[in-house]
Order: sequence, then C-alpha cells, then structure tokens
Amino acid sequence: MNILKFIETFADERVMRSTGSRRDSFTQFGNIGKTLAIASIPFGLSSLANKALAKDITATPATPIGALQFALTLEYLEDEFYAMALDSGVIPASENGGRDLKVFQQIAAHESDHVKFLIAGLGGPASANFVPKPTFDFTVGGAFDPFNDYPTFLALAQAFEDTGVRAYKGQAGNLISTPDLLTAALQIHSVEARHASEVRRLRGLKGWISGNERGAGMPVETQAVYNGEELTVQAGYNTATLFGAAAGSEAYDEPLTTQQVVDIANLFIV
Amino acid sequence: MKNEVKIQEVNPLLNDRRSFLKISGLTLVTTGLLLAGCSHDDNEDMPIYDTTLPGIRNGIFDLGSGDFGVLTYAYALEQLEADFYTKVVNASSFNSVFNDIEKQVLTDLYHHEVIHRDFFKAALTGALPNPSTQLLPSLAFNYGSMNFNSRTEVLATAKALEDTGVAAYNGAGKLIKSPDYLVLAGKIVSVEARHASAIRSLINPNSADFAGDDIVNPTTGLDVAKDPSKILPIAGSFITTPFTAKYLP
Repeated sequence: MNILKFIETFADERVMRSTGSRRDSFTQFGNIGKTLAIASIPFGLSSLANKALAKDITATPATPIGALQFALTLEYLEDEFYAMALDSGVIPASENGGRDLKVFQQIAAHESDHVKFLIAGLGGPASANFVPKPTFDFTVGGAFDPFNDYPTFLALAQAFEDTGVRAYKGQAGNLISTPDLLTAALQIHSVEARHASEVRRLRGLKGWISGNERGAGMPVETQAVYNGEELTVQAGYNTATLFGAAAGSEAYDEPLTTQQVVDIANLFIV
Repeated sequence: MKNEVKIQEVNPLLNDRRSFLKISGLTLVTTGLLLAGCSHDDNEDMPIYDTTLPGIRNGIFDLGSGDFGVLTYAYALEQLEADFYTKVVNASSFNSVFNDIEKQVLTDLYHHEVIHRDFFKAALTGALPNPSTQLLPSLAFNYGSMNFNSRTEVLATAKALEDTGVAAYNGAGKLIKSPDYLVLAGKIVSVEARHASAIRSLINPNSADFAGDDIVNPTTGLDVAKDPSKILPIAGSFITTPFTAKYLP
C-alpha cells in the first residue's frame, strides 16, 4: 500500500473545493470513506489484540479511517449511555425548571447524530470499514448505578464528555491529511466541549478543567480522564505566569492518546 | 489564492522548518513535513511565494498564509477577545451588575483569553523568521456604543465572540500543516467552546442553548466551521487597526 499516493488522493481539487451544500459534503464524506477502505485495517483485527478480555476494544491504526472508527466507538458509548438514562427516568424532569432534562435530551440527540454521521462517513453499515457497537456495561460490573442514582449518572456524563474532548483532540494529527474529515472531527470536538462545559456546570463545577482536578463527587476511577490536564507550558510559553497555574491549565485542554482513551473506554465494555 | 492550502504546494522553506523546531522543541521531522517534502518532489520548479509569511505588503499588514498566517489570524482573534474581557472586568459596575457565578465566569474568561493572546505573541515572536516585521502589531479596538455596564450587552457580545472563535478555529484547522500547531489550536478551540457553552447557559439557563440548534446543526450534530474570509468581517467590526488577509481563504 502506497500510503503517500493514498493521501495525495485527498489533496485533489474535487475534495479541497468541497464547499457545496451540506448534502453534497455529506455525500462526499461517504465517498471518502469508500476511498479509505483500501488502506484500512478492520477494527478489532489488530495484532495487538492480546488482552485477557477478548471483547475489549483495541487501539485503532493512526490513519484517517482508524480515527473515524475510534470516534464511532466513543460515540456509540455516549449515545447508548444517554439513551439508557433517558429511558430509565433517572434524570429529573421538573427540577431546575426542567433544565437537566432539556440538557440531556439535547446532548443525547447530538450523540445520536454523531453516530449516524460517522457510520455514513465510514461508508455505511455494509462497508468493510464499519465497526459494530460493543456491548457496554455502565455499571462497571456493579460498581456504579448510573440509571438509578442521578449523581452517579452526572459524574459519568462528565467523565464521558471530558474524555470525548480529549479523545478527538488526540486524533487530529491522524486526520491532518484529509481536510474534510479533519473539519468534521473538529466540528464534533467543539460540540463535545460545549456538552462538557454544561454538564460540569450542572454539577456545580467550572465549565473548564483546573489542573488535573476531576472535581468534587467524581469517582476515583475517573482520574485517568484528568491526568495530564495540569500542563502549564505550551510551546515553551509558561501559561501560569500571568494568573497562576489553575488559570493557565484551564486555558488549554490536553489531548489523550488513542491507547489512553481505549483504557478508559474499556472500563465500560464487556 | 485557494492554491495556498493544497498539500502539493506546501513549501517547507528552511526558515519555516528551523522555526517550527524552535517552537515545538521537537527534534524529529514530523509526518506533516515529511509529506510536504515528498509531495514537493514533483514540483521542483515551482516559484517560492513569500505570501506564506505575515508582514507588510503594499503598505498594510497582511496575515499571510500557511501555518504562520493561520496562527497570526488566531492571534488577531485572541487579541480581540482579551481586550473585550479586560474591559468587561474593569467596567465601573462589574461587581454590581453581575452575580457571583457570572463574575467568576467572566473573570476566568478574561484570564484565559489574555493567556491565549500572550501565548500567541510569545510563540510567534519565537517562531517567525523575522518577528520585528512579521509579528502582527497590537491591535486597537472600538466597540461603538456598547455599554460595558449592561449585563445583557456584555453577555450577548461575549456569546457572539465565543461562538465566532469556535467557528474560526474549526474552519482554520484544515489550513494548518504542522500536526503540532494543529494540536495547539485544538487545545484552545475546545476551551473557547466551553466558554461559549457557559455564556449561553448564563443567558438562558433552563434551555438547550449551551449547544443550541442555532449553532449545532440539529441533523448532523456538527458545530459551525467558517473560513477566515467569513470571520474577519465579524471580528473586524470591532478592530480599528487596518490589516488584510488576502492569502487566506
């Protein structure tokens, strides 16, 4: 496989000038998925799949298609989590002027859209690039009770949204050769950040992450979501100089590697 | 000038490469540069355009194109946001107009945006081949009749600035060639999105406005992405220092 030739196919005029209607862009997104098929490694067939738990997901290849497959798995997780929560009735319908329910209905709708968008981008369910939904256990073997205990649901929602932001950021480099895919991923990335901010504020926290604090009421298992967020040097500039380390770290979100996100997600996959 | 964003036409100038290493601290040639170099092999005779760098052309500062052009564009937007929140928190009635949570949000945004501005200034000064002529100067701003002691006007302007910032970074990402610069921009854009969400939630708390249908497409779940040519007329309405962006899409 000549990866350079493959990547150059994305730099042609047709793709670069895809400024047509949303429908056109969407169709093209699907076509890109088909083009990518030749370079992809089917999800789950990686030689790294030597974990004790065979159903665990493994890191995807550092390619555009791998990034999309990886993103889809995370969106499956979020989508199912919110759908189950809305079905369970754990989210209070009338408190705070109905705020919580409105918030999570909106978030759930977006995650469902993201799943559909990414499946289409990968060429549809019949495509060789398609990855099926894993089986999730949001109780982590009974440790959590998110669909009966609202604070637990909120804590996991925060963890998933903050993870989503860091996960998409970590995939940006894998999409740099495919401008249209990169833009779509960025457009999802910022939505995850809007979600994260609101969920954090619902929990009485700031919308942004100070240091590596997971925030009051967050289970210790979620600390992996926040480790590394405390960075205060960006491209050689000390962001703590002006207003201290908390503000300096808040002003930047940090990426997570594919493997770091896989490790977090696997907590919830059986 | 659409050609400037094509991968085939990236010019990995020696100066660019050296200064890239300076800012990132990397000692490895990155994938992005490698790709640019390989693709460029087919185009040995192509002339080198100096429009990739910011600087004064025809008597006016132009942002240029390429990674430094995009980063300079971001620096201009961060200058605007930092200036706005500096005026917000220093307004005479700041402490009485806003409640405690609003004051905390606006003070945090003031901190974050000033940090972003000074970061870009430091990073570009360190990375540009000739910062004395290529660094965007400190811009001057004019908010017209805006009343910085009006909660409604401040929050509405903050919402517009933050949503614009998100759309600007989302649209500019594909113009960035260096993976390190792309991740740096990504580290900032999600914080801008967190800001936008918080401001929208302050304006209309019992609602879905934090990621409302006016900004996140309700069919695709995608946020807005806009090219610089769509962003600059919005931001430019507050910026009185003239500059151009002739080489950005």
